[in-house]
Amino acid sequence: MNLHEKTLAELSAALRSGEITSRSLTTHYLDRIRALDKRLNAVITLVEEQAMAEAEAADARIAAGRAGPLTGIPLLHKDLFCTDGVRTSCGSRMLDNFIAPYDAAVVENLREAGMIMLGKTNMDEFAMGSSNETSYYGPVRNPWDTQRVPGGSSGGSAVAVAARLVPTTTGTDTGGSIRQPAALCGITGIKPTYGRVSRWGMVAFASSLDQGGVFARTAEDCALVLGAMAGFDERDSTSVDREVPDYAAHLGASLKELRIGLPEEYFKEGLDAGVAAAVDAAVDVFRSLGAEVKSIRLPNAHLAVPTYYVIAPAECSSNLSRFDGVRYGHRCENPRDLTDLYERSRGEGFGAEVKRRIMIGTYALSAGYYDAYYLKAQKVRRLISEDFREAFSQVDLILGPTSPTTAFRLGEKADDPVSMYLSDIYTIAVNLAGLPGMSIPAGFVEGLPVGLQIVGNYFDEARMLNAAHQYQQATDWHLRVPPGFE
Amino acid sequence: MEWEVVIGLEIHAQLATRSKIFSGASTAYGAEPNTQACAVDLGLPGVLPVLNAEAVRMAVKFGLAIDATVASRSVFARKNYFYPDLPKGYQISQYELPVVSQGAVEIELDDGNVKTIGVTRAHLEEDAGKSVHDAFPDATGIDLNRAGTPLLEIVSEPDMRSAREAVAYMKKIHSLVRYLGICDGNMQEGSFRCDANVSVRRKGSHEFGVRTETKNLNSFRFVERAINFEVERQIDVLESGGAVVQETRLYDAAKDETRPMRSKEEANDYRYFPDPDLLPLEIDAAFLEAVQAELPELPDAKKRRFMGEYGLSAYDAGVLTASREMADYYEAVIEACNGEAKLAANWVMGDFSAHLNKSACEIGEAPVTASMLGGLLIRILDNTISGKIAKEVFEAMWAGEGNADAIIEARGLKQISDSGALEAIIDDIIASHPAQVEQYRAGKEKLIGFFVGQAMKATQGKANPQQLNALLKRKLSG
Repeated sequence: MNLHEKTLAELSAALRSGEITSRSLTTHYLDRIRALDKRLNAVITLVEEQAMAEAEAADARIAAGRAGPLTGIPLLHKDLFCTDGVRTSCGSRMLDNFIAPYDAAVVENLREAGMIMLGKTNMDEFAMGSSNETSYYGPVRNPWDTQRVPGGSSGGSAVAVAARLVPTTTGTDTGGSIRQPAALCGITGIKPTYGRVSRWGMVAFASSLDQGGVFARTAEDCALVLGAMAGFDERDSTSVDREVPDYAAHLGASLKELRIGLPEEYFKEGLDAGVAAAVDAAVDVFRSLGAEVKSIRLPNAHLAVPTYYVIAPAECSSNLSRFDGVRYGHRCENPRDLTDLYERSRGEGFGAEVKRRIMIGTYALSAGYYDAYYLKAQKVRRLISEDFREAFSQVDLILGPTSPTTAFRLGEKADDPVSMYLSDIYTIAVNLAGLPGMSIPAGFVEGLPVGLQIVGNYFDEARMLNAAHQYQQATDWHLRVPPGFE
Repeated sequence: MEWEVVIGLEIHAQLATRSKIFSGASTAYGAEPNTQACAVDLGLPGVLPVLNAEAVRMAVKFGLAIDATVASRSVFARKNYFYPDLPKGYQISQYELPVVSQGAVEIELDDGNVKTIGVTRAHLEEDAGKSVHDAFPDATGIDLNRAGTPLLEIVSEPDMRSAREAVAYMKKIHSLVRYLGICDGNMQEGSFRCDANVSVRRKGSHEFGVRTETKNLNSFRFVERAINFEVERQIDVLESGGAVVQETRLYDAAKDETRPMRSKEEANDYRYFPDPDLLPLEIDAAFLEAVQAELPELPDAKKRRFMGEYGLSAYDAGVLTASREMADYYEAVIEACNGEAKLAANWVMGDFSAHLNKSACEIGEAPVTASMLGGLLIRILDNTISGKIAKEVFEAMWAGEGNADAIIEARGLKQISDSGALEAIIDDIIASHPAQVEQYRAGKEKLIGFFVGQAMKATQGKANPQQLNALLKRKLSG
């Protein structure tokens, strides 16, 4: 069995038994990235020397018996987690030259857990996009069909796992940026409850919605990594001071009497028939595992996308103001005066989608429009949260499609932002409510993966991960390898 | 035409915390540029603000001191605008829900009446950095040491009707924040500054005129002058048939005039919205109680106590309680001179204050401590020296020659109260000024002053004045 076919959990066992070394593992994955990524463009930056040095240190820890379950396991970070001494570009020309003097909390936590950072993954510019076509470094390609998009914004992270370039990657999810690419690439991805993972050092897109999370092939692997990256951080005022459960230890529970809700609103027009059939079949698997399935209502679900496209751009318009060419990042040549410096630095540094959202957000916050847009959107956001509260009084988990279609073609939606935005129609409400959500592989339509979304109540990640794990014990969708990446 | 002036002030008081309002960087003044700015202050990507609890405590102190409502829930908002000294492109402030609202302070008017000035709100915010325009020939320098320094912005109601009232209000707030220990009040360093909103209207009118805002006034004198200039300017505009333009103005102290700011902010829409990086600030009753218990005696209460306990006039009590340091000094002098409160008041307000002003030093740095001044007063009270000699001793103490007793001893200033010695001196004077003696005896009693003068000259001022007077009168009439 090739090393890269093993799950993270299997690699962890092999490392600690001495069967393999972190150095050999790291070399193996670096070789794969060098050989295969030309076809995918999933990786922006590789740090080979640093990785080998870390792997050596990890081997020493393993030999000394001081290893944890993640010690010596290679990973890639989405390129909006700041990494001390290594460029953090956010997929933007604006930060093409930016090297942070600090690590994001997520990077720090996983480094402390002994993981080896091989580099940084490609992404939609500043996490704005659903196809990974807005990156300054070019689009990322879906390994299942390189003419198709991998989803976004964490497209590079999803592809790196799907193509077995690393066992796991980090991502961020503001409106579906982990779940939708996980679905389109046929892997497992989880966005935990807002506040579960520190946002310190994670470059902000929309602060009230952004949440870091993880991609891997299996729920079990996600459980291991999430456990290490989550936790309270006093540097992030929105992080929640609550103990992190041992997610992996909860993976043995039966699904008998688990109450599953299917939102009527998620199975209406707009949903691809093939995707619907795959989701139905997945729900049947849960039934066969003992879960009770019932229909529920999320009456305000149809308002999630418009609400999101007021709040997220509003926050982004303010969050991205710091990129002004004055202290770091892209600065135009020979500015004539201050206004010229701002206009050209930002005009040259940002791509079209980022500019579009800054414009929308600036408009929504403007005097005279604030009440009609931003304030109204916040009220609707509360209604959406109430819908979920009501739903979770009846069920334990909510299941449905992650995205209405499978991976679409490169360029297919690039000129139609509204159609692009609708590919996050089932994921966005979860961010608005701050709930945890994940996507797991649940079948194929015409050779392209379908994702099943699992939404849990606040801080109920352990239950979600266990449900996903039980499903993966009963199915093998998550083990399928894109042809050419075996 | 009779005009009425309407003034409201926005005072920015820099809170005396050790670290910044949203980061751990130091707030100390005067460091090398950009050495006290951390990643948060620089607005690097991915960093986040964490609220300084001490700044909250200070804001709450102020709220309680002015009898205001302290919000159980207040919200930080972003004020968005681009400027090079504003690293994030927004300032974190409070907008719709400030921590303090609806308070009031009393000011004393020139005629001795008391007027209440409403405080609309006081909110927490971060300061911006500084643009340095004269450091480089072709560029503007940016110093971000000040970025993130905590400010309490104190907004008054438009309750003031003259520049004098505005100054009295500003002094009152200045004294209050220093009493509370929440601001060092240093106006030169910009720790305490204000913007003045000024408008005029016809007497009797109930509607406000169009106002202008004069920015960044950092001395009481500038506040008074800027307002007076602005009032006259606006009246001139209106009386010549023009209209006042609502605008931001700058006071030029050198020219003693205000003029419109070529403003970056003028047409700005700040697009305020709640800062999603910070949770709403929640303050419970227990916290309020704890802060209340920490409050010192405040100026108004202290003034009333000084009037009652020490029998001072309202004016004297007002002067002596203007600052906490002054009040503490005064009470220490009383203690050191066995409770002679009035004598102590005269000296503290008189010679002591005059010397402070002249040498422009703070009370804490004054060479004459409260116990030294008390020791001097004791020597007046026990007739060791006269009040006049005491002034000389005070000078010597200020010059660093030691305490009162040492100076009296060294300079031989002890008063002559020996009646035998005084009689001999008086006899000499009478003998050598027969003409004046004759006139005195003929009814020109004013001449007593002449004889006192001669005796003081002969004793180098050391004669006990009461004793001298009595002896002179007896001998001259004899």
